[in-house]
Amino acid sequence: MSFQPIKFYQTGTHTVGNRLLPPETRSVQANMRRTNSLNSGHRACQGCGEALGARYAIDAAMHATNNQLIAANATGCLEVFSTPYPETSWQIPWIHSLFGNAAAVATGIAAAMKVKGNHDVRVIAQGGDGGTSDIGFGCLSGMFERNDDVLYICYDNEAYMNTGVQRSSATPPAARTATTAAVGDAPGNVFGQGKNLPAIAIAHGIPYVATATVSELRDLEAKVRRAMEFRGARYIHIFVPCPLGWGHEPGDTIRIARLAKETGLFPVFEAEHGEVVSVSRIRRRTPVEEYLKPQRRFAHLFSPAPRVEVIAAIQTIADRNIRKFGLLEEAA
Amino acid sequence: MLKQTEGSRAVAEAVALCRPEVICAYPISPQTHIVEALGEVVKSGALAPCEFINVESEFAAMSVAIGASAAGARSYTATASQGLLFMAEALFNASGLGLPIVMTVANRAIGAPINIWNDHNDSMSQRDCGWIQLFAETNQEALDLHIQAFRLAEELSLPVMVCMDGFILTHAYERVDIPSQAQVDAYLPPFEPRQVLDPREPVSIGAMVGPEAFTEVRYLAHAKQMQALELIPGWAAEFRRAFGRDAGGLVHPYALEDAETVIVALGSVLGTVKDTVDEMRDRGAKIGVLGITCFRPWPLAAVRAALAAAQRVVVLEKSLAVGLGGIVSTNVRTSYTGRPDAVHTVIAGLGGRAITKASLARVFGEAIEGGLEPLTFLDLDRAIVDRQLARERETRRSGPIAEAILRDIGVVAARIG
Repeated sequence: MSFQPIKFYQTGTHTVGNRLLPPETRSVQANMRRTNSLNSGHRACQGCGEALGARYAIDAAMHATNNQLIAANATGCLEVFSTPYPETSWQIPWIHSLFGNAAAVATGIAAAMKVKGNHDVRVIAQGGDGGTSDIGFGCLSGMFERNDDVLYICYDNEAYMNTGVQRSSATPPAARTATTAAVGDAPGNVFGQGKNLPAIAIAHGIPYVATATVSELRDLEAKVRRAMEFRGARYIHIFVPCPLGWGHEPGDTIRIARLAKETGLFPVFEAEHGEVVSVSRIRRRTPVEEYLKPQRRFAHLFSPAPRVEVIAAIQTIADRNIRKFGLLEEAA
Repeated sequence: MLKQTEGSRAVAEAVALCRPEVICAYPISPQTHIVEALGEVVKSGALAPCEFINVESEFAAMSVAIGASAAGARSYTATASQGLLFMAEALFNASGLGLPIVMTVANRAIGAPINIWNDHNDSMSQRDCGWIQLFAETNQEALDLHIQAFRLAEELSLPVMVCMDGFILTHAYERVDIPSQAQVDAYLPPFEPRQVLDPREPVSIGAMVGPEAFTEVRYLAHAKQMQALELIPGWAAEFRRAFGRDAGGLVHPYALEDAETVIVALGSVLGTVKDTVDEMRDRGAKIGVLGITCFRPWPLAAVRAALAAAQRVVVLEKSLAVGLGGIVSTNVRTSYTGRPDAVHTVIAGLGGRAITKASLARVFGEAIEGGLEPLTFLDLDRAIVDRQLARERETRRSGPIAEAILRDIGVVAARIG
């Protein structure tokens, strides 16, 4: 008997056909009993990658924990747009304390759950790239190092968007932000070493580290589910385009995220106990120009004259990722 | 049970008797012995269930306490000096969120220049952060205030700072009376939080509040602290009945009945002040003492009543508002209804400078004779200051001040006299 393998990939819309799957493997978002943990009515911008990523991540975490979840949130877009009191979009117990302490607050919640014997209640900390890789880095590293029972989710939109698009340590080279103006001989952000948070998380040897992207939402859900199978410190880094800060059409959020992965600029992988255990391969290798061009934050690389050497330097970064993670290799 | 023990260990035993559920520890002198002792108790299993978390900074210590308290666990930490400043943002957050965390501050100077010895500038710098601040006079009172602090914090849903002088109290071995577990359990009911993170009843905590309600939220923080002024005296009385000794309360008056001159102070220096006053009274001086136990909320009425008959007030304080003078004295002036220039500020004991009876007797005597300046730096070495000022006049690049002064003095060990 012949069979047709289902590919979750359709040219054009990329819509995933849940109807073709047995119910137990359908996505959490397709489930009528999804919790809508980050409910509609919040104040995120049109096309916000962070809102999309958070919705999928938290609903998946709720599904994986039988709705026994508490979240600590860093200051930032997600915190501000979700709680314009007296309205709140959160259908879960949720606390916002400060910009730089979400990981530590989550550690405290997890400790409280432990002493109270509430072993079923799981704890998530979440924040943007600024709250994670800059101001919250100390607390994050401490939480990792102690292996506290917390899943930290970073929604990476590569700058401080809530305050008006300023550079963070996750801002890519050459990108224009409000503090890396597109002027002078080397417009946009500097070519530094970058701060590779997933790699730093892996270096802590914690049980689980993964990257995910809003262009692969089933993969994102699966990684949250997998993270919840571990106890101890876990980290998921989600790539979330920001139409406002990056200067792309709100309708292009998913396309931009997919291009980041297909160029190799954002490698999608997972690691357990310090070792990379799987990578999501590139389907169609794409030159970085296709990713850069639709974003106004990179407009100075193409106009008035193309900055060929800068684009080549960015391509080098993508090529290095492809080599390092084996993003083009056939699965074994 | 009577015991000869170190102040830090006495406090650790008191905290353990209060059955904390989450303790965050980060080392900083002179607080460290407290969390060391608590760590040992938790590790031994004698305090189960309790989580003892070695955090990576004071900012994390307070943040972990915030998370634990918001999730319904009785939470405790201890710090001092730079550590208190490093957690400043989280201090305001804990009180703003109404989380009843209890923290010991082993009072120590703030750098630069770096200095590990005792004064009160650390706690005083955070006097307006929304925490209740209680100052212990002795190790026994430090121990007792912690038991009262948990009850006060949890009743009002406000955090409480118990301040005790670094080294002078924390490292002093004295006789203390450690209460029994049954006594503490009878005085301190289990923690019933007003708000809690619970999946069965989801709430959002920490939303943004705009101009439409911020004033009201802040007013309620103030009103709750004022409520503490009502509760503290009654609880101190109840404590006396239950434990058989005085501790806490708003203020400690001493020999005020006929006092024309009143010395106001807080913390361990009150012992030296009382000894000095005793000797002066023996010689016929009409002088008394007002110890401030509760600095925040400021016990305006209690201080006003205590100072009602005073012709002059000398505020002896281990803190300095640079550019103004006294911090405690600024508060005392709000309570004193006599002539404003009758309140004198004496800055003493900065960075561990010893406060001697001889020096105190001299300035108190000057006050009685009417010769005390409005602002006095006790035992200030004018010659050292003048030499540095001369150097700065003579040389543009005169170099770092502290190092130049130490070179002038020419001694390595701290000169305490």
